[in-house]
Amino acid sequence: MVSLATEKKQDLNLLSRIASGDGHGENSSYFEGWKAYEENPFHPIDRPDGVIQMGLAENQLCGDLMRKWVIEHPEASICTEQGVNQFSDIAIFQDYHGLPEFRQAVAKFMEKTRNNRVKFDPDRIVMSGGATGAHETVAFCLANPGDGFLVPTPYYPGFDRDLRWRTGVNLVPVTCHSSDGFKITVEALEDAYEKALLSNIPVKGLLMTNPSNPLGTTLDRECLKSLVNFTNEKRIHLIADEIYAATTFGQSEFISVAEVIEEIEDCNRDLIHIVYSLSKDMGLPGFRVGIIYSYNDRVVQIARKMSSFGLVSSQTQRLIAKMLSDEDFVDEFIRESKLRLAARHKELTTGLDGLGIGWLKAEAGLFLWMDLRNLLKTATFDSETELWRVIVHQVKLNVSPGGSFHCHEPGWFRVCFANMDHKTMETALERIRVFTSQLEEETKPVAAAPMMAKKKKKCWQSNLRLSFSDKRRFDDGFFSPHSPVPPSPLVRAQT
Amino acid sequence: MRLIVPLRGVIQGRGGLFVGSLIPCCLFYFLQLYLKGRRPPPSDPTELPRTSSRSNLFSRGNSIGRVRVSSRALPVAKPSDSPYYIGLERVKTDPYDRITNTDGIIQLGLAESTLCFDLLQRWMSENLMDSIMQSDAGEFDISNIAMYKPFEGLLELRVAFADFMSRIMGGKVSFDPSNMVITAGGTPAIEVLAFCLADHGNAFLIPTPYYPGFERDIKFRTGVELIPVHCRSSDNFTVTVSALEQAFNQARKRGSKVSGILFSNPSNPVGNILSRETLHDILKFAQEKNIHVISDEIFADSVYGDKEFVSMAEVAYSEEFDKSRVHIIYALSKDLSIPGFRAGVIYSFHEDVVNAAKKLMRFTSVSVPVRRILISLLSDVRFIEEYMTAHRQRIRDKHIRFVEGLKQLGIPCAVSGGGLYCWVDMSSLLTSYSEKGELELFEKLLTVAKINATPGTACYCIEPGWFRCCFTALADEDIPVIMDRIRQLC
Repeated sequence: MVSLATEKKQDLNLLSRIASGDGHGENSSYFEGWKAYEENPFHPIDRPDGVIQMGLAENQLCGDLMRKWVIEHPEASICTEQGVNQFSDIAIFQDYHGLPEFRQAVAKFMEKTRNNRVKFDPDRIVMSGGATGAHETVAFCLANPGDGFLVPTPYYPGFDRDLRWRTGVNLVPVTCHSSDGFKITVEALEDAYEKALLSNIPVKGLLMTNPSNPLGTTLDRECLKSLVNFTNEKRIHLIADEIYAATTFGQSEFISVAEVIEEIEDCNRDLIHIVYSLSKDMGLPGFRVGIIYSYNDRVVQIARKMSSFGLVSSQTQRLIAKMLSDEDFVDEFIRESKLRLAARHKELTTGLDGLGIGWLKAEAGLFLWMDLRNLLKTATFDSETELWRVIVHQVKLNVSPGGSFHCHEPGWFRVCFANMDHKTMETALERIRVFTSQLEEETKPVAAAPMMAKKKKKCWQSNLRLSFSDKRRFDDGFFSPHSPVPPSPLVRAQT
Repeated sequence: MRLIVPLRGVIQGRGGLFVGSLIPCCLFYFLQLYLKGRRPPPSDPTELPRTSSRSNLFSRGNSIGRVRVSSRALPVAKPSDSPYYIGLERVKTDPYDRITNTDGIIQLGLAESTLCFDLLQRWMSENLMDSIMQSDAGEFDISNIAMYKPFEGLLELRVAFADFMSRIMGGKVSFDPSNMVITAGGTPAIEVLAFCLADHGNAFLIPTPYYPGFERDIKFRTGVELIPVHCRSSDNFTVTVSALEQAFNQARKRGSKVSGILFSNPSNPVGNILSRETLHDILKFAQEKNIHVISDEIFADSVYGDKEFVSMAEVAYSEEFDKSRVHIIYALSKDLSIPGFRAGVIYSFHEDVVNAAKKLMRFTSVSVPVRRILISLLSDVRFIEEYMTAHRQRIRDKHIRFVEGLKQLGIPCAVSGGGLYCWVDMSSLLTSYSEKGELELFEKLLTVAKINATPGTACYCIEPGWFRCCFTALADEDIPVIMDRIRQLC
């Protein structure tokens, strides 16, 4: 019998570095926000003082349209009376090429979201386990351990994990400045490239997100051309994450890298790759539909073989194929989605304008890049974290601090607005209003302070009463893909 | 020195100073000429090959004009030379159909089952969309299928899987849902486990013959090696401790760090079911060497023989073992014939492995609509019991027919009790008892008999002449057709 002490010692040697290391990124202090939400999630009736989730970029504004379509098309699912005749063919299908009708439908949808200005070849469409899986697979294909990708800041924090954890690839930040609206300049690219070389990191590619997460801005044609030219000149890959392609609203227009390469002579297309997904544009993150679209035949071949590690389930492929082939539905969905995003964006920005809170002008994405620099005690990230903690624990809004996006400058926050209903948005704005007026009070004479402190205390002490509901948010299932917090056993008791 | 001393004689002679300085200069001049002749001509700066441009300084091996993928991805790009994949591709070019293409190639190379689709279809149509769409309140709620859910699977799903697995394994072991992580199929399950248990460059011992897909699942991206542990027909291809010891020691001599043993039970491609004693021996060996045990039990319900299936989980519960080194892979692709659904399981007794695997599920999680169907399906105990009985009976019947057909041709099979295939000894048909002979027979089977069976070489079998033949996607009337075709080669 092995003694406990020896067991423990043996234990330490038994796991891989990947498993025992921190590559998952969940030890970051930024998870405090998720934890606060999970421990006390907002509900308009049962938990009106709970934390409002504004840190999750989900598109829930058109769920009603999706619902209607699914109910009206039972033949699209193989698990209904109308669709079950297809069951045996579909249930047994596991070819990593994917159903041809699925690839065709996705290609058509990608064309539609780019206003049909460019064509996509269904044979270049490769499946993956969501955009998360797509990014990782692309990293495996293009870079060896120790190689690097340039990534303009601020960028989606998930990249630190998705592109690095199992692949061993480095991310080299390309600093973008608020002074010029966070534009990606060739100077910044060159600078980052040089720095990488000096650090002995072979640069293999440039990863850019367009429309940008967290900024919500889209790249104009000139900028896109300069990125393509830069990567061509350096002979490095260009990976364009276009998962928010259809979330543009207002005046802004989305231009895909696919369009731009048509306009550049001598563009080496073997260097161009697009990562796409249905999670944001169609609001279907649960379906895990990730797409790699590469102009490089070899990458398509390799990624396709690797797609076995994250295939889209065949019945999901079939459902999506049917849905996206319904052109009337797709047109209506995209149109409505843009209108609703615009309206929700306007609601939030009008509210912030009224409070004198700045935000980066942008018309895409499911979020806003809010400027709270003038609320920082000092222009430091420590100060930003302090302010963020107040917003999470006191104002009870889980927003995401710019530091977690590697923003060069403290004071910026990403605020998601498409994952909630109108009433919740109103509540969030009201809380911000209360908070800003409290801050104004704080700058008044000291006499007011005790009352403030008392108010604050009251805020912290509220919500000790736990309430349960069978609404979807409170079964043990609902929490974000980013949260490391396991469900509380108490929450399950109701169901 | 030798050059200088004779020169002294020359220098000290007439005109010595002149000659004394001239000769070294001449020698030096001729030396320079000689060296210059050896040097490559300097290239015109405008024609500098791209490999010397700075962007490629660090990209070793980049050739002019070609865009490189990563060196680890390159081997993946190569078309596979494994007969396993070659056979599968050939069938696609000319697939048999008993009505429209009776001369086509019959697929015996893919372990899939269509035997119980009627039951599944009936269940699906009777249980309709309830399982996908409805919330507890009975309303249709799109967010139930569309929104993010925990990547590692709802507790409900894990409970359903735990119960199902326990049931199909004879109810002799219970699985704890908190030790379970749900993956998008068996393929990602094995890869994620490999990432958790072994570092790049480490190795797993693996008894041969083994499922060819492990080469891809383990080696593509993890960098983990597979070290074969050869098993013989004399033992009915059952792994022995001595073979494990030998392989382990040889690996150590070569400097390979062995992290674990990976095996399938029921085994693929042989189909034998490992006895409790063998499992015990494997676990004891692993304990001694302080390595992991990964038991791929993906065919646990596809058992048709008289031998009882015993899960490694059951053996692990016996007190003398440190359970934390035991990990089990499962998936619904084989037993439930729904590979398209992409649902698999990592079951581990090691809490840290479960936690790490959970976090890795973001790269490969089950689509939410599928989860909801599976919760309903796997929780429907009445249906599962009915399915299990029918499934085992139908495989048994088909197995008997197939093996009997081969017996009539004088072709024996290994003793097996599980899986969707049998391990056929076609050595009597070989022109030479060698790998070459086996591959020739494989080609003949494809081109003359128009049958795709997987040769033992593809499974790293050390004895030539063995072929894996999958029979669970065949109709009864296909079997005589197959036997007739094989008879042509006898």
